[in-house]
Amino acid sequence: MTANRIARAVLVLFFIALLATPFVIKRISSGRDVDMSRADAKTALARHGFYLEEVSQAAGITFVHQSPKLDPKLDPIMPEVASMGASVSIVDFDRDGWPDIYVTNSAIGSKNALYRNMHDGTFKDVAGELGIADVNQPGTGVSTGAVWGDYDNDGYEDLFLIKWGRPELFHNDQGHGFTRVTEQAGLPPWINANTAIWIDYDGDGLLDLFVGGYYSEDIDLWHLTTTRIMPESFEYAKNGGRKYLFHNLGNGKFEEVSSKVGINSRRWALAAAAADLRGTGHPDLFVANDYGVSELYFNDGKQFHEVGEQTGVGFAPKSGMNTAFGDILNQGRYSVYVSNISEDGILIQGNNLWVPKENTTGDAVKYQNLARDFGVELGGWSFGAQFGDLNNDGTLDLYLTNGYISLDRNRSYWYDFSKVAGGNSTIIGDAKNWPAFEGRSLSGYQSKRVWLNDGAGKFVDVAQAVGATDTYDGRSVALVDLWNSGVLDVVVANQNGPLLIYKNTVAPGNEWIEFELEGTNSNHGGSNRSAIGAQVTLFWNGQQQVQEVSGGSGFAAENDRRLHFGLGRNPHIEKAVIRWPSGKVQTIDQPAVNQLHKMKEPA
Amino acid sequence: MSEQTSAPGFSPRSPVEPPQAPAQKKTLFSLDNRYIAPAFITCILLASHLSFGILESYQKTLLAIVTSIGLELVLGRIFFHKWVHPASAYITGISVGILVRSPAFWPYALCSAISITSKYVLRVKGRHIWNPSNFGISVMLFLASETVATLSIQWGNYLLPMLVIWALGSVIIWRLRRFHITGIYVASFLAFAFVRSWMTGSPWQSEIAPITGPMYQLFIFFMITDPKTTVRSKRGQCLVVFLVALFEMVLRLYQVVYAPFYALFVVGPTAMLIEIWLESRRANAAIRTVAL
Repeated sequence: MTANRIARAVLVLFFIALLATPFVIKRISSGRDVDMSRADAKTALARHGFYLEEVSQAAGITFVHQSPKLDPKLDPIMPEVASMGASVSIVDFDRDGWPDIYVTNSAIGSKNALYRNMHDGTFKDVAGELGIADVNQPGTGVSTGAVWGDYDNDGYEDLFLIKWGRPELFHNDQGHGFTRVTEQAGLPPWINANTAIWIDYDGDGLLDLFVGGYYSEDIDLWHLTTTRIMPESFEYAKNGGRKYLFHNLGNGKFEEVSSKVGINSRRWALAAAAADLRGTGHPDLFVANDYGVSELYFNDGKQFHEVGEQTGVGFAPKSGMNTAFGDILNQGRYSVYVSNISEDGILIQGNNLWVPKENTTGDAVKYQNLARDFGVELGGWSFGAQFGDLNNDGTLDLYLTNGYISLDRNRSYWYDFSKVAGGNSTIIGDAKNWPAFEGRSLSGYQSKRVWLNDGAGKFVDVAQAVGATDTYDGRSVALVDLWNSGVLDVVVANQNGPLLIYKNTVAPGNEWIEFELEGTNSNHGGSNRSAIGAQVTLFWNGQQQVQEVSGGSGFAAENDRRLHFGLGRNPHIEKAVIRWPSGKVQTIDQPAVNQLHKMKEPA
Repeated sequence: MSEQTSAPGFSPRSPVEPPQAPAQKKTLFSLDNRYIAPAFITCILLASHLSFGILESYQKTLLAIVTSIGLELVLGRIFFHKWVHPASAYITGISVGILVRSPAFWPYALCSAISITSKYVLRVKGRHIWNPSNFGISVMLFLASETVATLSIQWGNYLLPMLVIWALGSVIIWRLRRFHITGIYVASFLAFAFVRSWMTGSPWQSEIAPITGPMYQLFIFFMITDPKTTVRSKRGQCLVVFLVALFEMVLRLYQVVYAPFYALFVVGPTAMLIEIWLESRRANAAIRTVAL
């Protein structure tokens, strides 16, 4: 009897211990991954090596994004269906050596802005005078993103405008203005897209264009003939927009070749990016999809092969909203960051950090999701994210913006959202079945994440400590050395909110190096002038880091074309190896630190 | 349909519990009753995974099952001095493996452990009063909401898989003579859905949407029908499940996302306690009568 009583007492204690386990785990993990304390600049510099100061007003930037107002049939859930469109892309459109900022607006009649860098810390909107502001006119849809690429290799970056509506291509007239060439280029009359990237998929030295549809392209969101426009499933939807791959023919015209090269998908694409993941010299294509699995297309230079399941990234369906590549372990290999949704107690998808498994390379490369192990898993309703070395310590950090719909702070739409999202496709696919929003928030007013990489597999969120304290509904993030000072600044586009410029100050001591690449061999089948797809591998202090010039990454974003490497203290650089898209390899021995190196592809 | 949540011999079957089906009627389902539920839930899991790939990680589901069965065997050995049949623990484990959604591994093991241990700790007059997985999942949602959610949108939201599961589940549950529980619950839910729609102004389609999802398929076939944690009389079972649906409606009016789990968590044990109290009174009265 006594033994039985002891056993029961032990059992009760065991049960209590089980119930206490979540508290213990919460307590252990809370102090490990986050520095929640708000610090002044001096303290942040001492503790984390950098500090962000929001300076948009001082820089003369007053841009505020406006959401679209779609067909009145969607009024009850308008905040949800009109929840995207804010975007930012970085371009030096006039080749003056100072990066400029282009931002999109999304209300009919609203204006996009091109902020010219005035070299003195301020910016001036010149979009109107250059002809790329008034691009959201009635009947043409609205802007949802922009990517820049020199499609005709004349040395000036041209603009592809992503829209829910008529996509637009603007030719850059040597920095003095833009000419609309949409019809001449042969682009379709209507695409409802949120993502596009410039990519020279076939290595012919001419930039091609990938566009990922979101809503089906036969839907005019301002003149609906049906309210059955929603995804058929929240994890397995295949009724989204089609994908396009516009092959650059070199005469100002493009040919749509997606089916021909093996890209056939109607998933709801939100974020695409390309990089050479296998060392083949051809850019592979990663597409993060809403309402479903991500897709990874291996590119052999002529055909794309979807290998999502084979590589491990296309198995678990989530709500993909971002694609960013980063060599986070300084091993010369890219990991991929895909943002998703996490809301306490309701939907814990967790963001994905796809890290290549050891001893898997080339076509056999496999990825494992290590977001939890690395501490970059939970970011609320996450949107745009970018890798960049924010404190120049030699490892890539991660900036994530988030927040979906911030309306009434005290009333949430989550209950109704989860109620319908779990239902049958005949119910969720029809917008009229969705309960009215009635001013409620849905994962609104969220704190951002600035994850500092310790280089050994751990990231710590220091957003509050370093000054990234806004709670707008963030969408798009771009990293850029705005003032040519050797640090990465952060530009954030917010839905229904202001454009934010976080000026970065890095503590003295950590050094850096930057590369600006230009392809020159385009007439002979060589590299595109924008050098999109070119890789720089930097070898220093016994380690290496690879970065690639991108034609668009993150969510509806494009970083500065220049590649920025932090180096830490007292770096000894062995060499920088540039692999151009043409296949040429150029080695620079012991390049000088704390300098921007402007490199032209050798003949 | 059940988790058969007691170890054999620990909670004797009530004389009012429905008798076993006649032997000749078993030809259609020659499987022993206690294997039917595990077989069914395994079929659901395999079909949904093979068609939609619902399992992000085999390891997580396996972890939940292994933890559940392992703990059941250990606790059964310690407290009942015998190896308990693992069918019940298997259902608990697989339910946890499907219903718990978390990027981490530990919630799967912990939820299974809490579920199984609750059967041995939270007992009144020899009966445990909470459905184990309902208890475990509800506790996890209370205590670890930043890491845990439950299944909501898996296996495609499509009509055909839903109809197959409903048809198969209904046949099996009819075979187990507990269809009245599922039937009353579904009818009550639908009726209350229209009441909610009328009260809140939400489209009626949005109010019935949850029951068309996979979470409810597990809820109505596996949780609310558990013979060990439902009252014994058929009429009582109908009343209790109606009250579960009613309380769920109240919670839904307050926009509680996991209303069905919490409703069962509250109403189920309350009904059990009342029944135990009534039985106790009746037993005492009988003793007094005999004594007189």
